[in-house]
Amino acid sequence: MDLSALLTEATQAIQAADDIPRLEQVRVDFMGKKGRITELLKSLGGMEPEQRKIAGQQINELKQQVQTALNAQRDQLQQAQLAEKLAGECIDVTLPGRRLDAGGLHPVTRTIQRIESFFAELGFSVKHGPEIEDDFHNFDALNIPEHHPARADHDTFYFNPKLMLRTQTSGVQIRTMEVEPPPLRIISPGRVYRNDYDQTHTPMFHQVEGLMVDTDVSFTELKGILHDFLQNFFEQELQVRFRPSFFPFTEPSAEVDVMGKNGKWLEVLGCGMVHPNVLRSVGIDPGKYSGFAFGMGVERLTMLRYGVTDLRAFFENDVRFLKQFR
Amino acid sequence: MKFSESWLREWINPAIGSEELADQLSMAGLEVDGITPVAGSFHGVVVGEVVECGQHPDADKLQVTKVNVGDDELLDIVCGAKNCRLGLKVAVAKVGAVLPGDFKIKKAKLRGQPSMGMLCSLSELGMAEDSDGILELPEAAPVGQDIRQLLQLDDRTIEVDLTPNRADCLGILGLAREVAVLNAMDFQSADYPAVAASHQEQRQITLVAPEACPRYLGRVIRNINPDVSSPLWLVEKLRRCGVRSIDPVVDVTNFVLLELGHPMHAFDLAKLEGDIQVRYAAEAEKLVLLDGEEVTLQTNTLVIADAEKALAMAGIFGGLHSGVTEHSRDIFLESAFFSPDIMAGKARQYGLHTDASHRYERGVDAKLQRTAMERATALLLDIVGGEAGPVVEAVSEAHVPSAQTIELKAAHLHRLLGIEIDGETVQRILQQLGLQVSSLPDGWSVSTPSWRFDLAIAEDLIEEVARVYGYNNIPNEAPQASLTMRQFDESEIAVNRLRQLLVDRGYQEAITYSFVDPKVQGILHPDTEALLLPNPISSDMSAMRLSTWPGLLQTVLYNQNRQQLQLRLFEYGLKFIPDQHAENGVRQVPVVGGILVGGLGQGQWNQDERPYDFFDAKGDVEALLTMTSEASRFDFVPDEHVALHPGQSAAIRLGEQHVGWLGALHPEAERKLGVKGKSFLFELELDALGGRQIAQATELSRYPANRRDLALVVKSNVRFADILAIIKKVGGNQLVDLKLFDVYSGQGVADGFKSLAIALTLQDSARTLEDKDIQLVVDQVVSALKDEFNATLRE
Repeated sequence: MDLSALLTEATQAIQAADDIPRLEQVRVDFMGKKGRITELLKSLGGMEPEQRKIAGQQINELKQQVQTALNAQRDQLQQAQLAEKLAGECIDVTLPGRRLDAGGLHPVTRTIQRIESFFAELGFSVKHGPEIEDDFHNFDALNIPEHHPARADHDTFYFNPKLMLRTQTSGVQIRTMEVEPPPLRIISPGRVYRNDYDQTHTPMFHQVEGLMVDTDVSFTELKGILHDFLQNFFEQELQVRFRPSFFPFTEPSAEVDVMGKNGKWLEVLGCGMVHPNVLRSVGIDPGKYSGFAFGMGVERLTMLRYGVTDLRAFFENDVRFLKQFR
Repeated sequence: MKFSESWLREWINPAIGSEELADQLSMAGLEVDGITPVAGSFHGVVVGEVVECGQHPDADKLQVTKVNVGDDELLDIVCGAKNCRLGLKVAVAKVGAVLPGDFKIKKAKLRGQPSMGMLCSLSELGMAEDSDGILELPEAAPVGQDIRQLLQLDDRTIEVDLTPNRADCLGILGLAREVAVLNAMDFQSADYPAVAASHQEQRQITLVAPEACPRYLGRVIRNINPDVSSPLWLVEKLRRCGVRSIDPVVDVTNFVLLELGHPMHAFDLAKLEGDIQVRYAAEAEKLVLLDGEEVTLQTNTLVIADAEKALAMAGIFGGLHSGVTEHSRDIFLESAFFSPDIMAGKARQYGLHTDASHRYERGVDAKLQRTAMERATALLLDIVGGEAGPVVEAVSEAHVPSAQTIELKAAHLHRLLGIEIDGETVQRILQQLGLQVSSLPDGWSVSTPSWRFDLAIAEDLIEEVARVYGYNNIPNEAPQASLTMRQFDESEIAVNRLRQLLVDRGYQEAITYSFVDPKVQGILHPDTEALLLPNPISSDMSAMRLSTWPGLLQTVLYNQNRQQLQLRLFEYGLKFIPDQHAENGVRQVPVVGGILVGGLGQGQWNQDERPYDFFDAKGDVEALLTMTSEASRFDFVPDEHVALHPGQSAAIRLGEQHVGWLGALHPEAERKLGVKGKSFLFELELDALGGRQIAQATELSRYPANRRDLALVVKSNVRFADILAIIKKVGGNQLVDLKLFDVYSGQGVADGFKSLAIALTLQDSARTLEDKDIQLVVDQVVSALKDEFNATLRE
């Protein structure tokens, strides 16, 4: 038997096999139970020991060569098959994904959450209160007696002389001080109401008020905390100024302006040292404790931060407007 | 308050410009709202005298004049004003002049007559909105003088927005005093000499209510000339302070009001019957006010009355009957102090607000009445002539506010401001403000001047010191506090977390007004009476909301009108439910409400489009409820709500407690509101959800879990929740999971029946379940369902 001819024949058959089943057939033809190489091996039994040793060695070599060729061809065919499969599974990855559009928070909420987080880091807790408020919490306890001109300035929505929509969230400070002893650090965000509607006023808007009461709270600290807050809120070094003002519930009182991009001062919040009458009205001894309070308009801050020009947009809730704040 | 800068500078003239002055006032707490020039920008306008004046030959309404402006030649000027007449001193815009609006004056011919300039009216000089005729200058105006110089037009109107505590600055006097302090200048207060009486006619004055009016000065002035009109300087001063000229008497009282911040009033003496009393109005007493309105006075209102009747509402508004007219020859002048406590709120009670009431309710200097009276008298005699009688002063000294003595401790000032200001500086500032200061070992004893009645406690003085020292000279410091750890309640459901959950599920947050259109609300909640605002912005913003749905639906409409059709919106806020048992008669309930309109997959290449249905909304509600604990603690009970589709609505309950609603908008409501497409609504009351349950871990079973699927056939009206309850009961501890993976009716299932495909997962914590164990449970479940619902297994 010419082994080299057989090797050539096998090699050619292997290379001619262009898919896995054909290759398998070639393997069976040569290496199967009745395959030609198997048959050759079987024929060794009839040989002389000397001859058998030599022939056996040659046939085994042949067998290994064929096996190697088979393996190589199988690998190649499998590779090709995989490549073809992958090519068939090719997609346009630039097509849009299967998405559920995310919603978004209202920009006013976003601003309130940012303010809350700044003050939470300094140990301020967030407090909420009723929006329909009585005159004690909205006015009297804040040192705004009946007929005080400051009451008239508030454009209050009254239900009756004793009951109204709150004009400020300061009532929450009173409610908190009524039940919690100092030291206190709270902020109270929420809706407030004034009977005024034009380009720069909406009858409902949001305020965040803050209060700190402790044994030696001072005006320098009020200045410090608000200065830091404004730098943090706008994330830039802003010129800030404190201007004397008047609020019945604080003394001394100040309004705070920041320098706008147009070179003009813009009022952003009001603040002051808590008036001793306010502390007394909730049973806190002003001889022992002092405090500061501040209040800011959320819409105003949001407009400045995000470049919103029309206040009324906040409450029209046009989703195209709202979706800009994601 | 608006004031003329040059008038202020007549009183105090610091060497600083207008801008700096305005800045100084703002930074002292007298916030400047605006600075506007008192006249338009123009030049080339001079004083002229009309020396010839005749009818234009070809035009009825024009006159041809020759005007002397002090040049070599007289100017020919054609003028259309009716008041143009011979001898008049006028404002002449010469050829080459430029008037406001860049209006250049050139040589012209008017109907054939040459005109070498223009005679100007106030409006043409930017000094009035409109004017009747040309400006008439005083006879003494020197011909040829520049008008800007003559009228001192390089002046500005400064508007200050005064806080209620600074009533002392509601006049030039007070402002000047403040400016003097800010510039550390000496200040001479008003000191007007008394006008001697030239006759003895007088009215006796009785203070019936001395606590309300502790001081009243009156004076008779006889024989004024009613034909004189107010001089230009007076008209101009008033105008620059935003006050219109009426007649000389009123103008003088207004002048004093602006100059001294002290209101005055003049009566027509001829209309007074007998003596004057200052008393409260009688029951149902009537008074016709100067504007012609008749009011019925309330008995809390102070009036000036004669022996017969009320003449004026004290400190608020004069009466028509007793008012000065162009025929008045004798007048009775009033200068009074009314207590701010009594005045507060009274004008508003009648819907009035006047310059006088504005000042009286904030307070006027209780020692200024005589100065004001003398100032007004002298001015009146100057302008309209007449003879002044003696000043009659009725006073109840006990009721006149007295100076306050306040102790200020240095330590207090230091503690409150956080900085030490040296004692000398503190004392100097207080003294400049007009306070009498005496040193104490640990501070100062301070007595307040009559015009600073706002200063009552040490904190007021601390503000004064800080204000003049300069808030911006006080450093910023980080607050000091003990680092006390705050309590955090893990079971508390953070609203922000609920918001974020909805946002992640595709919802956009909306914030709508808490007051809604009662018509819209009536469609959704017809059975509940909402709280109404007596004075709303408009009727469609007049009812306090009973849920978030009116606002959300209106938001949907707003957006649908703008072609936004796929909407998932939510809102967090309070709803307001009238309830006699709640604080202030209203429950203010925090809720999260939501709405879905449109559908999923719209315009997406790889998703099937389908409209939203009930179960989209329910899935979101369940997700919210899962934030609290297991959603399975909550029941969705079929229930009816007027706003919701009766077959697609559920009350959400936690045990016996109602926590919210979920459902499709009722087709009737949909039609009435004009909502396009089906919408699904929900609302949860947050306080009712209870706290979040804190997890308690249990050990996981090490034994395999086994799934068995059941296909049950039951009548269509059998509720899944009931089936679920039975399976859970029978399944016991070994039933660790249960899923409904199909609901089917149609071919293969008899009419009126439905098939439910349920996967049970069984597992034991202590051993491997064998087939027979599993089969036992399954059989028990099937048998229980058969007993309860006549359920069969589908073949």
